[in-house]
Amino acid sequence: MKNLNIMLVGVGGQGTLLASRVLGAVAMKESYDVKVSEVHGMSQRGGSVVTYVKFGDKVYSPLIEKGEADIIIAFEKLEALRWFDYLKEGGKMLVNEQKINPMPVITGKAKYPERILEKLKSVFKNTVSIDALSIAKQCGNIKTVNMVLIGLMAKSTDIEKSIWMDTIRDTVPQKLVDVNLRAFEAGYCAG
Amino acid sequence: MKKLMLGNEAVARGAYEAGASVAAAYPGTPSTEITENMAKYDDIYSEWSPNEKVALEVAVGASIAGARAICSMKQVGLNVAADPLFTASYTGVNGGLVIMVADDPGMHSSQNEQDSRFYARASKVPMLEPSDSQECKDFVKEAFKLSEEYDCPVLVRLTTRIAHSQSIVEMGEREAYDLKEYSKDPNKYVMMPAMAKKRHVEVEKRMGALKEYSSSTPLNRIEWGSKEVGVITSGIAYQYAREALGNVSYLKLGMVYPLPEKLIANFAKEVKRLYVIEELEPFIEDYVRKMGIKVVGKEQLPVIGELSAEIIRERLLNQFLETSIILNESVPARPPVMCPGCPHRGTFYVLKKLKLNVSGDIGCYTLGALAPIEAMDTCVCMGASIGMTHGMEKARGASFSRKTVAVLGDSTFIHSGITGLIDIVYNKGNSTVIILDNSITGMTGHQHNPATGYTIKGEPTKQVDLVKLANAVGVERVRVVDPFNLKELEEAVSEEINAAEPSVIIARRPCALLKHVKYEGPLRINAEKCRKCKRCMSIGCPSIVDRGECIEINETLCVGCRLCTNVCSFDAIEKAGGNDEES
Repeated sequence: MKNLNIMLVGVGGQGTLLASRVLGAVAMKESYDVKVSEVHGMSQRGGSVVTYVKFGDKVYSPLIEKGEADIIIAFEKLEALRWFDYLKEGGKMLVNEQKINPMPVITGKAKYPERILEKLKSVFKNTVSIDALSIAKQCGNIKTVNMVLIGLMAKSTDIEKSIWMDTIRDTVPQKLVDVNLRAFEAGYCAG
Repeated sequence: MKKLMLGNEAVARGAYEAGASVAAAYPGTPSTEITENMAKYDDIYSEWSPNEKVALEVAVGASIAGARAICSMKQVGLNVAADPLFTASYTGVNGGLVIMVADDPGMHSSQNEQDSRFYARASKVPMLEPSDSQECKDFVKEAFKLSEEYDCPVLVRLTTRIAHSQSIVEMGEREAYDLKEYSKDPNKYVMMPAMAKKRHVEVEKRMGALKEYSSSTPLNRIEWGSKEVGVITSGIAYQYAREALGNVSYLKLGMVYPLPEKLIANFAKEVKRLYVIEELEPFIEDYVRKMGIKVVGKEQLPVIGELSAEIIRERLLNQFLETSIILNESVPARPPVMCPGCPHRGTFYVLKKLKLNVSGDIGCYTLGALAPIEAMDTCVCMGASIGMTHGMEKARGASFSRKTVAVLGDSTFIHSGITGLIDIVYNKGNSTVIILDNSITGMTGHQHNPATGYTIKGEPTKQVDLVKLANAVGVERVRVVDPFNLKELEEAVSEEINAAEPSVIIARRPCALLKHVKYEGPLRINAEKCRKCKRCMSIGCPSIVDRGECIEINETLCVGCRLCTNVCSFDAIEKAGGNDEES
């Protein structure tokens, strides 16, 4: 198959890393060649973070370039806007409606752009947005925003639901399996 | 069995399979996970050493004692470990010795963009460079063999995108490795001039042999495609080149020092146009040019930052991405910030309030240089804050010293701040040093260090007593303060900068991300009490937001550390979702 390129963008601390590991593990179970490129270190401290997941018959570069992403999962609205030009024409943009002000906005040096979702939808008709934070809260743990978004994404793939769920079971800590699966299910149904 | 692994995890697996039994490191992005994964193997003794120099010395000792040993560090760590490196090159090894160095092109988490390949050449040690996780594992195993065969340490270089990318690795069994016999051999292991002169001869012989080896080893391979274009490349640049240029011919170098002269010459003869594609410095390119071969390289490709397939397409093929999708929107930057609940925030609030000159250091607290705190003046290298503040005092005198402090973390202090402190005492300085003791090595992702009282495997051990340590080197004014007690901290700093002798203030409060640190949960601002004076915003907490009509606390970010309540004059901050019992 042609490679599938997925980007996870968000704010350090939102759980993009764990989500990308679930994606990578699922792709591997499907016997694809996989590369997952992560961000560690300084930008994890509340900075803008991006993780790349690529799979297919053969993957060379672990990075996704502008105009190459099939799917972008944005954990925060502004980050969707920051990375949108990585999406290819006809690509899918999944956006968490959560807003986290960056420091330049907090200090008044910059403005948080308005009507982000509207703007994205005007150029990418495959833009889907959900309030993953509220859904995660309802599921019982606001840290499961990542699984809500994985659920939303899983719905749009051909990969069986049970494979996703098994992978989540293998990836998250034992005592958090239930709440993560609930969040995945909620995201899946929201799609 | 196959497993998706980070490059760093695969390095650890390689060392495990090679029968290595000693691993030492000081944490540093992007190398940290190598040794974190090493510690998961019961068969390997692993440690966090106080710094990279000690780590390498531990590994050199283990090697001479007959074990296979591995030592890991980030690029700037190799500067610290350079002293043992250059002479271990002369002594050679007994058990195999592998030194991992992780460069950080693009400076995702570093203070410079140095290219560590030059260390291989300068110290006369061979260097391998893998291109994915499978190669990380395979090359480390090969490096152990080479080390023993050619009697030298072997460097293996990673870059961030190799270290922190996951790809599929086929796992193997652990090799049964018996310790090599230990015997006294001063001619080989005691490097005094008379012995070292003889060893240098051996080093040159070995490098000659390795140069031959480089042209015959499968670590360096040619992948023939169209001969219109030939590409010499290595590491992550190989993957970018493959992605951008497709089916041309590649000389993929797994051994980047010594370079394979014969192989390069043969490859160059066969192709019409030759590129060298490498990140950072023209290390391979200069060598190829010196051989008299015409090549295209850094005149078109950047020496700054990371490469990418896009850069290669643009610079070498003149292909530019065409896109019709444009959103004219200015997107505010999102720089990293100190976390909500970060203990350093209290310290920097006070330093800013007192308008001090702050000689800074390397760690999470370096973020104190960024807006809105902007309270740090310098940051150069690990431990430098102390020596630099002493230098400032000696240059500008006591009045300047009374407005200046050095600030560094507990782990950084142990790494190389101690010697600076001794310098201040010995050379009659008066500087004030603030040790931000958050009970962990923070920025690299929570590693233990000699001041935490636990080993890499989480076992309890002796804990360095920072107060006694400072006393012991001759600092008589030492005090411990909670950085969230702003009043007490301000008094302490004011007194110590004015003291005519050296002082150490230990600002002690654990990192908010540590599991055992439990704050009470989110706070909120009582709109009736709030006068919108914005003093709470001056602490630079990302969870406090100015909504224009009101100041608000973002309840999903706030952990409830209560630092903001210490600056609010109107008692307007209370626990969210109920009455605030404390106020």
